[in-house]
Amino acid sequence: MKKIEAIVRKTKFEEVRAALHEADIDFLSWWEVKGQGTARQGLIFRGIAYDVNSVARMYISFVVRDQNVEKSIDAILESAYTGESGDGRIFVSDIGQSIRIRTKDRGDESLYNK
Amino acid sequence: MKLKHIGIALLAIVAPTLLFAQETAAAAPAPAPYIDFGNTAWMIVATALVMLMTIPGLALFYGGLVRQKNVLNILMQCFILTAAITLEWVFFGYSLSFGSSTGALAPFIGGFDWAFLNGIGINDVSPYYISQATARIPHLLFVLFQCMFAVITPALIIGAYAERIKFKGFLIFSILWSIFVYNPVAHWVWSADGWLFKMGALDFAGGTVVHINAGIAALVMTLMIGSRRNYNNHPTAPHNIPLVVIGAALLWFGWFGFNAGSGLAADGLAVSAFLATHVATATAAFTWVLLDWSRNGKPTVIGICTGAVAGLVAITPAAGFVGVLGAVVIGIVVSVVCFFMVSVVKHKFGYDDSLDAFGVHGIGGILGALLTGFLATPAIQSSYSGLFYGNPKQLLIQLIATVTTIVFSGVMTFVLFKIVDKTVGIRATQKEEIAGLDITQHNEMALTED
Repeated sequence: MKKIEAIVRKTKFEEVRAALHEADIDFLSWWEVKGQGTARQGLIFRGIAYDVNSVARMYISFVVRDQNVEKSIDAILESAYTGESGDGRIFVSDIGQSIRIRTKDRGDESLYNK
Repeated sequence: MKLKHIGIALLAIVAPTLLFAQETAAAAPAPAPYIDFGNTAWMIVATALVMLMTIPGLALFYGGLVRQKNVLNILMQCFILTAAITLEWVFFGYSLSFGSSTGALAPFIGGFDWAFLNGIGINDVSPYYISQATARIPHLLFVLFQCMFAVITPALIIGAYAERIKFKGFLIFSILWSIFVYNPVAHWVWSADGWLFKMGALDFAGGTVVHINAGIAALVMTLMIGSRRNYNNHPTAPHNIPLVVIGAALLWFGWFGFNAGSGLAADGLAVSAFLATHVATATAAFTWVLLDWSRNGKPTVIGICTGAVAGLVAITPAAGFVGVLGAVVIGIVVSVVCFFMVSVVKHKFGYDDSLDAFGVHGIGGILGALLTGFLATPAIQSSYSGLFYGNPKQLLIQLIATVTTIVFSGVMTFVLFKIVDKTVGIRATQKEEIAGLDITQHNEMALTED
């Protein structure tokens, strides 16, 4: 089991979701995050353009069986890409255990994404 | 405002009748002033409209511009001023502003004859009028209408020290400022005894008394209280621009009461003031958008709201003296100059006028007062004209009224700041500023989850 986390542009989020759906990944969590990096986000207030010192991104997180890792990565890579600075990151990490609360299933069986 | 005292009117009626009855028998005596229902109905509505400008109009306009951690503080400041200044006004503020005193003080401040509205009966006719000498409104309605002006003026200053002031210091300062700055200036300009009124200064609805007065106080407060923590000479992102839009729209709406009500009657002059107000505001809003577009490549929502408010401020002294052309000129000029002030000059000097109370109200008020000296046309009120209509003296009078108000408001605000700062303290602590004024001054939060 692996946890896949990705930070993507908010403008690309819907495409990422659709691409994951195409890859049969239908169970995931996400939240809006702020961060800093090389990308810049500017605003205007009464004639003065200024840097807000943070960028807004979408943070996606889901856990998959090992055989689904590569197709998940491919789906995100293709759908989140623009080529501009600030496209984001994908992180993959091991998951020690997973338990589905209702059925008490453990391991791969506990995951929705078959 | 052109104001006259009831005494003069009564004298005009009574004296000829008593002393020269036989000589004036042929000429019809001036009719006695009475309470006109139509004018009264309009002025009740106009009074309520002006109240709407402070809460919720200005409260939302300013409240949306600050960060979320300070929005309640702004709303509370506007709300408590509505309550506190109303009391100050009926206790003695009205009497000091519009009442009479004797001797050398008479041109500068009223007395306490009308303190607690003593001696003003419910059916008394207003001693003050503009265009309708006979068909007037109740005196108490005039008191109420002016009360709303007294309320909004200290509230305008909030924009200068937003996000970094102790609530107690703010409240004491604002009440003292109303007593020692607003009341005298209102007396100078609008009272029948006022020295600027007698000189012939034109201020239809409060460009000098309200906007220059508050705008200069705002500049002094900004300089005295210092910049917000980590200001670094760039803006902080407004937390809720839709609130700013609702606030600006309510200001525009309420301003019809402010300006079209300042003729104290439902007549042609009121409609003319309404028209000038609407046209100048539309012009200024549109002009600001064009400036925004050309400078930063995008027309901004805060830009159009700011332009509208600048237009409203600038047309205020001129509303009852200029026609449509004058209103358009005022709208364009105020937008260009205020845009330059808030986007270039403020940035260059680095003072933290958080919500541009000086940049919009101070500068807009000064421009409005001076432009009235250029653009006042006898086509609106036959006895008043400006430089462009052959009366250069009017511009000089406007200049004197403007400069005096700037100096008086500036010096008095400085003194009152020092007094309040040394006694109860004004500047919020660094910890309070970081945590936000909502939680530290009021123990409340605007938005909570669950």
